[in-house]
Amino acid sequence: MKDFRKMWTELGMDLELHDQLIQDMSNLHKKTHLSQQNRPKSMDRFDRSFHASHAGRVAEILDFRKNGGKMIGTFCIFVPDEIALAAGVLPLPLCGGSGWSVSYADKLFPRDICPLIRSTFGMAFSKTCPYASLEDFAVGETTCDAKKKTWDLLGMKVMEVPQRRNEADRSLWLEEVYKFKDMVEELSGMTVTADTLQDTIKLVNRKRSALRQIDEFRKLDAPPISGLDALLVAQVSMNQDINAFIKDTQALIDELQERVDKGISAYSEKGKRVLLAGSPSPMGYAKVHHIVESSGLRIVADESCTGIRYFRDLVNENLSDLDEMMEAVADRYFGIDCACFSPNSERIENLQQLVRDYNVNGVVQSILQYCHTYNVEAKIIENSLKKIAIPSIKIVTDYSQEDVGQIRTRIEAFAELLTDLS
Amino acid sequence: MNSFVGVDLGSRTTEIIQLVDGKIRYSEIFETGHNPLPKVKESLKHFENSLVVATGYGRHLISENFGAHRVTEIKACAKGTHFLFPSSRTVLDMGGQDSKLIFLNDKGIVIDFEMNDRCAAGTGKFLEFMAQTFSMDIQTFIQTAQEATEYVSISSMCTVFAESEVISLITSGTPKEEIALGLHVSIATRLHAMIAKIPLEEDILFVGGGAKNDCLHALLEDKLRRTIKRPEEPQMVVALGAALIASEL
Repeated sequence: MKDFRKMWTELGMDLELHDQLIQDMSNLHKKTHLSQQNRPKSMDRFDRSFHASHAGRVAEILDFRKNGGKMIGTFCIFVPDEIALAAGVLPLPLCGGSGWSVSYADKLFPRDICPLIRSTFGMAFSKTCPYASLEDFAVGETTCDAKKKTWDLLGMKVMEVPQRRNEADRSLWLEEVYKFKDMVEELSGMTVTADTLQDTIKLVNRKRSALRQIDEFRKLDAPPISGLDALLVAQVSMNQDINAFIKDTQALIDELQERVDKGISAYSEKGKRVLLAGSPSPMGYAKVHHIVESSGLRIVADESCTGIRYFRDLVNENLSDLDEMMEAVADRYFGIDCACFSPNSERIENLQQLVRDYNVNGVVQSILQYCHTYNVEAKIIENSLKKIAIPSIKIVTDYSQEDVGQIRTRIEAFAELLTDLS
Repeated sequence: MNSFVGVDLGSRTTEIIQLVDGKIRYSEIFETGHNPLPKVKESLKHFENSLVVATGYGRHLISENFGAHRVTEIKACAKGTHFLFPSSRTVLDMGGQDSKLIFLNDKGIVIDFEMNDRCAAGTGKFLEFMAQTFSMDIQTFIQTAQEATEYVSISSMCTVFAESEVISLITSGTPKEEIALGLHVSIATRLHAMIAKIPLEEDILFVGGGAKNDCLHALLEDKLRRTIKRPEEPQMVVALGAALIASEL
């Protein structure tokens, strides 16, 4: 393997601490993903991309920047990729999924905010995030209170995400999307034109379509890919170069089709089919997915931001007027059923649709500690599922390993319940 | 095969029950400690031609080492409860490391459950830990609480913070009886919040090591203004459930 130590030093990183982080991430990856039986062979590619996220991928972006390219850090799937890319700017989600880095955030943040924010900035503060010095700026958004104040504290740019689905909020959001366009145009000195935007709309649609195609296989009676691996693919999709990602997914899709033809499942047992709902699982975090699937259950759908919420909707690519395209992009993002919306009945409808489409027996709500919106909304979700006789369980946890035993007991009992009640 | 064994390897204690022809032939309880395997192995020697089902926090350890089947303590508890009290629809299981509330149907099948996560608040460990602060064993600590006529309220449910609160009460001269009862009340209040929602017509059963605590039981009945049943040996219910599940395999 290529030695990246020189690059990390140049990026001002703490090599010793970074080694610890990498060790921790690799060990977890080994214990969770690599311990699975019956994995598709093409998952190798995504394992490599996972490891490259702090190595080869960083070198690519370093080169991109040396040639005048610009990069922005993002923390939410509301930030429109199509528009940044159309201005020649690379948007890169930087949400942290490492339990190792969480405590390094303590010097600036209170402990009672979500592990996602703490992990992200724990990496930045401990000089273990290679992207910290690579980004031209970071764009935050207003999806929760802890995030809003974090952006204030760090003096970041912010997109105001609407909270209600009405005309006023829709116009506000369209305006925000235009402001974002100005922001990225100013950064790169390039103008977003109808042609460039149409190209990037098509490109991002291809990426989302590839992810959708992989999800289609999970509707089958014997899914050829596990929920844990589907999560890894989604996590990688937010870091890897988009064209390279589309290529890798094509190989995976071909293999999955082959497996289906030969009747090869990713699972050795025919466990109950569950839907995972709730908070996102950024790269490095797969704790609940792993516990669920190693307890004899099969995650056949994931409605979170690192699941179908990220790729369900596409943007209309058959428009030619720039303003119409801008509106189409804004509307695509306005439809994201994030728990920051009040009310958020779209999410309930979408969830019920998923339960039907993926033939789901039960729902696991995986909530990050202090993620108040998803945590409180969980009760509304639970009640709505009760009406259609779908059992559900809520797991509130963080990136640490201390509660794995208790969670395993609860998940195994949930698996028993699904079997005994069917 | 007509001998069925349930092993409940819990965080504090391990229980073993053997059923022969549907009757309890043998039962055993010991402290789990840091290396429970040799003790379990010794006990299992007596049941060579038996079907074993492991449950509890150490169920994976037992099934991996002895090839036993395994079920969660939640399912085993429901099974044991239903066998002893078929009319029960709710079980409160207070163990060493966690407390669970289990809802079952008329067939003894779990339909829903709640379980505390990660911290020791509201568990047997909380009271054991507090007894240690008074250098008492748990039975003496319970008796001390029962001797109180009044109690001080303890606001912290975190085991570590509650200890600080208790120490400051001791140093301010509060009688130990009042503190001991206060600690029981705080646990009862927490458990009460969990079970207060249960429909009144349904039988509640209290099991696990915590159910042996008469003071806690009385406080819970008082708060709920209803009878809470306890089996004769509340710690054995989960192991019994596991043995019953073995007999149905």
